[in-house]
Amino acid sequence: MSEGPVLSFTLNGRVFSAADGTVPSPAMRLLDLIRLHAGQTGTKEGCGEGECGACAVLVDGELANSCLVPVGQLHGCTVTSIEGLPRNDPLVAAFARAGAAQCGICTPGMVMAARALLDRDPHPTLEAVREALAGNLCRCTGYVRIHAAVLDAAAGEGTAGGGAS
Amino acid sequence: MSVQASAAGEWHRPGSLAEALDIRARAKDAVVPAAGCTDLMVGWNAGAGRWPTVLDLSALPELNRIDVDDAGVTIGAAVSCSRLANHPAVAGRLPMLVASARQTGSVAIQNRATLGGNIMNASPAADNPPVLLAYGARLTLASTRGSRSIDYADFHLDYKRTRAEPDELLVSVTVPFPSPYASVHYRKVGTRRAQAISKVALSVLLDAGAGVVREARFAFASMGPVPLLAGSLSAALRGRPLAGIDPALVTRALATDLSPRDDIRSTADYRRQVAVNLVMAAIADASAAEARRN
Ligand SMILES: Cc1cc2nc3c(=O)[nH]c(=O)nc-3n(C[C@H](O)[C@H](O)[C@H](O)COP(=O)(O)OP(=O)(O)OC[C@H]3O[C@@H](n4cnc5c(N)ncnc54)[C@H](O)[C@@H]3O)c2cc1C
Ligand code: FES
Ligand code: FES
Repeated sequence: MSEGPVLSFTLNGRVFSAADGTVPSPAMRLLDLIRLHAGQTGTKEGCGEGECGACAVLVDGELANSCLVPVGQLHGCTVTSIEGLPRNDPLVAAFARAGAAQCGICTPGMVMAARALLDRDPHPTLEAVREALAGNLCRCTGYVRIHAAVLDAAAGEGTAGGGAS
Repeated sequence: MSVQASAAGEWHRPGSLAEALDIRARAKDAVVPAAGCTDLMVGWNAGAGRWPTVLDLSALPELNRIDVDDAGVTIGAAVSCSRLANHPAVAGRLPMLVASARQTGSVAIQNRATLGGNIMNASPAADNPPVLLAYGARLTLASTRGSRSIDYADFHLDYKRTRAEPDELLVSVTVPFPSPYASVHYRKVGTRRAQAISKVALSVLLDAGAGVVREARFAFASMGPVPLLAGSLSAALRGRPLAGIDPALVTRALATDLSPRDDIRSTADYRRQVAVNLVMAAIADASAAEARRN
């Protein structure tokens, strides 16, 4: 208690901590830290209430809506937002190939939700893709191309990894 | 550890239950216990920099455990719905709890939302409470005065009012394994799967060895001011043969047990009718399962 706040975590490989002032307040939304303090604006704010998934990121590999996460809960965690994915993540190319993005507001969240799924289940069924992306709303595409892109990326990952799936 | 928040209240994130209970005892309702924050953050308007003084429970080992013994599973209040649904003992023996945990919002919500938060938020529409009522769960609450265990069926008093005292925290939920003769049923009727708040949800535990009802627990969401266990229905069915239960009997009993209202999601009459249909479908399922067993 005497040494003050112990709060430190990484976002896309960069350390943020209360001690050096890069975390201004424990109650700050992770979404605001990412966009306003880290300046990484790939993560979007749609609803601000957990309903749309536009702000989705990975916390220790698990999908979370960053508008609902106070940074005070992240001590020791590893946060990955869309800028933290490798540039050659197969999901990115698959989204482009399938025409799965129109206005693009939902896309970063969709990709993060899909990444969380593929890390857990590299060869999901369409039903599993639907379920995993059910918290991500898209007002433009009607979802069909998004689901197709995720299945396409999964198929590609299988061959790239040399697996005989 | 305690952290001074710049814009509003303080942020306390203790590392042990004893420390948390001390803070709770000193501040009572002046601190808000916070677990997954999926209900709280929506209300705080944290985006605008406003929040109360918070007692963050996410670093308490005592609230993050799942313990299994022969009788059942004890789930720490701060265990997330995802972790709960994936736990082998829960997945193997408590299928209704898996189903309700997987209905608690989208995957992103389930990963943060805790079982304790779902109970303490005390919404009549919450998904896990009816399942806990049907299984006959008990809660363990603690304060600096000591800890106590109470039957979950006695916990909810009225809309958003519970038996928890202002200096208490919910520590864990103990769910007994059902008898091998019991069958269970879980149904949520909403508008869209996985996201929608339920219009009606029912969970049922029916123990009808030899075709006669020994124990019947029907619990509902969204059918009154609190998650409800239908006591008159249990009493009306006990001792009756499972085959040939009259829908009129069910309708009468539910008229006493339930007090649905019209709201933005549905009407009271629709909910009553759905409730009767769901109960009759569960009885038919249990009857079929019983016939297969013999
Ligand atoms: C988009 C969205 C969709 C949702 N969908 C569903 C759904 O389908 N079904 C459903 O049931 N819920 C749903 N919810 C509501 C919410 O996610 C759940 O109620 C969740 O379980 C709350 O848990 P939490 O840990 O996030 O609670 P928090 O927000 O941390 O806390 C909720 C309340 O409980 C109190 N509290 C928490 N833990 C304790 C404790 N150990 N002791 C004492 N008090 C405590 C807090 O003070 C607060 O009053 C949804 C929420 C959102 C944002
Ligand atoms: S902005 Fe976070 S879920 Fe919509
Ligand atoms: S592409 Fe516009 S919301 Fe999905």
